[in-house]
Amino acid sequence: MSDLIRKTAAELAELMTSGQASSVEITQAHLDRIAAVDADVHAFLHIDTEGALAQAAAVDTRRAAGEELAPLAGVPLALKDVLTQEGIPTTAGSKILEGWKPPYDSTMVKRLKAAGIVILGKTNMDEFAMGSSTENSAYGTTHNPWDLGRIPGGSGGGSSAALAAYEAPLAIGTDTGGSIRQPGAFTGTVGVKPTYGGTSRYGLIALASSLDTPGPCARTTLDAALLHEAIAGYDPMDSTSIDQPVPAVVAAARNGDVAGLRVGVVKELGGEGYQPGVEARFHEAVELLTKLGAEVVEVSCPHFQYALPAYYLILPSEASSNLAKFDAMRYGLRVGDDGTNSAEKVMNLTREAGFGAEVKRRIMLGTHALSSGYYDAYYGQAQKVRTLIARDFENAYHQVDVLVSPATPTTAFAIGDRIDDPIAMYKNDLCTIPSNLAGNAAASFPCGLADEDNMPVGFHVMAPVLRDDLCYTVGAALESALAEQWGGVLMTKAPELEVTR
Amino acid sequence: MTADVLEIDDALAQYDPVMGLEVHVELNTKSKMFCGCPTEFGAPPNTQTCPVCLGLPGALPVVNRRGVESAIKIGLALNCEIAEWCRFARKNYFYPDMPKNFQTSQYDEPIAYNGWTEVVVDGETYRIEIERAHMEEDTGKSTHVGGATGRIHGASHSLVDYNRAGIPLIEIVTKTIEVPGEKAAAVARAYVSMLRDLLLALGVSDVRMDQGSLRCDANVSLKPSGSTVLGTRTETKNVNSFRSVERAVTYEITRQAAVLSAGGKVLQETRHWHEDTGITTSGREKSDAEDYRYFPEPDLVPVAPSREWVEEIRASLPEAPSLRRVRLQEEWGFTDLEMRDVINGNALELIVTTVDLGVSPAAAKKWWLGELARAANESGKDLGELGISPTDVSNVQARVDKGELNDKLARQVFDGLLKGEGTIDEIIAARGLALVSDDSALIEAIDRAIAANPDVVEKVNSGKPAAAGALIGAVMKDMRGQADAAKVRELLNAKLGI
Repeated sequence: MSDLIRKTAAELAELMTSGQASSVEITQAHLDRIAAVDADVHAFLHIDTEGALAQAAAVDTRRAAGEELAPLAGVPLALKDVLTQEGIPTTAGSKILEGWKPPYDSTMVKRLKAAGIVILGKTNMDEFAMGSSTENSAYGTTHNPWDLGRIPGGSGGGSSAALAAYEAPLAIGTDTGGSIRQPGAFTGTVGVKPTYGGTSRYGLIALASSLDTPGPCARTTLDAALLHEAIAGYDPMDSTSIDQPVPAVVAAARNGDVAGLRVGVVKELGGEGYQPGVEARFHEAVELLTKLGAEVVEVSCPHFQYALPAYYLILPSEASSNLAKFDAMRYGLRVGDDGTNSAEKVMNLTREAGFGAEVKRRIMLGTHALSSGYYDAYYGQAQKVRTLIARDFENAYHQVDVLVSPATPTTAFAIGDRIDDPIAMYKNDLCTIPSNLAGNAAASFPCGLADEDNMPVGFHVMAPVLRDDLCYTVGAALESALAEQWGGVLMTKAPELEVTR
Repeated sequence: MTADVLEIDDALAQYDPVMGLEVHVELNTKSKMFCGCPTEFGAPPNTQTCPVCLGLPGALPVVNRRGVESAIKIGLALNCEIAEWCRFARKNYFYPDMPKNFQTSQYDEPIAYNGWTEVVVDGETYRIEIERAHMEEDTGKSTHVGGATGRIHGASHSLVDYNRAGIPLIEIVTKTIEVPGEKAAAVARAYVSMLRDLLLALGVSDVRMDQGSLRCDANVSLKPSGSTVLGTRTETKNVNSFRSVERAVTYEITRQAAVLSAGGKVLQETRHWHEDTGITTSGREKSDAEDYRYFPEPDLVPVAPSREWVEEIRASLPEAPSLRRVRLQEEWGFTDLEMRDVINGNALELIVTTVDLGVSPAAAKKWWLGELARAANESGKDLGELGISPTDVSNVQARVDKGELNDKLARQVFDGLLKGEGTIDEIIAARGLALVSDDSALIEAIDRAIAANPDVVEKVNSGKPAAAGALIGAVMKDMRGQADAAKVRELLNAKLGI
């Protein structure tokens, strides 16, 4: 197996710039790796071999012609199957979209293509991004490369597992309540949820419009920052997009100086319900930051305890409306169209057959929460909580520059462990949800392995709106200090996957 | 068996009608409300669509600033307050011609609210309070195929054209309208007609009623005469001409009165208007179960028109219709009575446009309130729906002014236009309507008239020049009307030496 797959995106870019490797070689190496291990990992739902190699060849040609190329030109990437790519099957992990080929590129894909980044294929996810394990995918569960018996997190488990399995050096995820950061934590990789509005949602199949945020996934902080810079920025096609310069994330990732940085440990995100091994690694990381010159204090965010219930009213409400368009009339699955059924009946039969149990659960929850007579008590109340949580953040940022917590209460659990207990599943996102409700920037960085199970632990950094760079500052500082201790990034400790071919 | 309807006089003797009118107006913006697709009417089905207005997964709306501007114009012209901050909302319900299965609309935060306007009926001015005007998008258009009626029942399948999906609409909602019962239907008509004029004057809509760009829903309820307790209302949908508004309101008054006077209850329901038979029939029953689950549209940021922008728009508005009427009357030199006829005849805007095209106010009034008003009455249409434009009137009058036509021939040209016989020139040619301007032909006819009427010539010569009129009549008859009477008089006078 080629060692090209072990390289970081920054290293691969350097190899191409210096002429030591071509994009076609690098892309082929990753396609070979996918062929070798993905039967076990199942990170991908669709592999676009031809398209990827064509894109790679085009980059090589342009480079040979002496064209000025973007920093990540020629580097391969795995794309979460919730973003549209023209002519490439896009399912959002659902049967209801089986066979659908979008007629248009999402803004994300447009920017990736413009940057010369090679899209290898589409990665697995919980259906419509509803879940924390990929077990809700209609196309089978993704396995955690650290332990194939465990889940890789979700909803973007496919993207993070692809990184941890060395199937891709870069990936795109979307984060509605933690779907980038939690899988990042569970797979020992970096996952960043940019500021809401910092990355375009145009072409992202909506789960909850006011929460969904696409963002970068990578094995190193610098790689994530390079990708972040390529995909972020104002998009007139998304009216919730922010018309402001992209924060200087790459500079922050290269610098990583936390001296004098005020770091707040969120009191409410720890203690009961948190795995001891997770807490141990988290506190060690905090100490490390102190040693590096950060000023660490404890900060209280009293309304965070209401984040989960508020989230599970707002998300289903928006989702119930966003998912109404899947009605068999214009695209995707159509059931019962035999000439005897009315359009309404066909809609019902299709939605019955096409949606999985968790999707139906949330559609029903949301439909109820928005119903006349219940709206104020549920949706309206949840919006008030949302305001209070945003205010908690505001108050905290008066005292500190960033907030930190474990990314998840536990490490990755066994496949099947929580699938029948929605509440236990929802609790995975306790630490990540507040940032979505407030629209802040947040990220998870690897900070070691839990003693109990030897599984990765994620260190969670939250920063104010459009201060995404501060997340990278902390991540870079932590990464270099830990790498010094370990003799390399955490991923180097991952077990070798068996190569099936 | 009780009658289906009461006579209107009997109905109004027992009950007072209460109305509410909801008017949907399609704006004439170049692009749709939330995407860049064109809005032209009549394009082949599904050729003016994109991922956004088709509601494809992942697509997002962006608000059309022109649409907001038009909404503000309409709000200001209806004396509304303009919201400093408002949001779009999703109205959730499933229907195949709604691409997203929710309509992006406004709910409890309309862009314009608390306004008023006035209409004039039979010389009386009635004030109508405006509840709100809000922005929303139109749906696609379903065509039900394979059935006898074109309705969904009995159809084998349906076709959906999404060209209309996403076209900006403004919904204008009145507060309850309570006017003397015998005026109710006429006030409803006058209101919709006034809105048409206003929207045209604002330039925000083409208001082509035949293309459905102005659609009216009429809410009607009855209460016992003198009572203050509101009755149950029905909502009659898609009443799409001025005359139909009047007829539909009248019909609902007489129908509900029949139900109530027989001891029955009026059902709260949607009713369909049938243009051909002039009746309404029951549609779906409206119950509390109809729950649209409105919530603020999370894909759009709030609309917060700056006060500077609103004032800029206000300054650009054409003058208020009531002030304008006073000014026009003065400019045109019409009497109060003449002006009232113009307004009651819905001819104001038509005459304004005609005069703008160079026709004298008197001539414009003569045509619109004369020949054309007669034709409108006969066909049960409004003047504006006749298919004759101010340009047509101006072109005909120009020919009269040039002496190519006289009034009698001009009436025939209008008759031809109304019957769809082609252009003005084609009609003149086909019907042989050109005036004889050849002096020698006229002089020959005059000679014949003089020869045939020696007694008249005698009278003229004996000092009664007014008698010459009979000779002119004879010449005109000889020319089968195709002569300019003034020219004939001139030549005749020269001949007779008067």
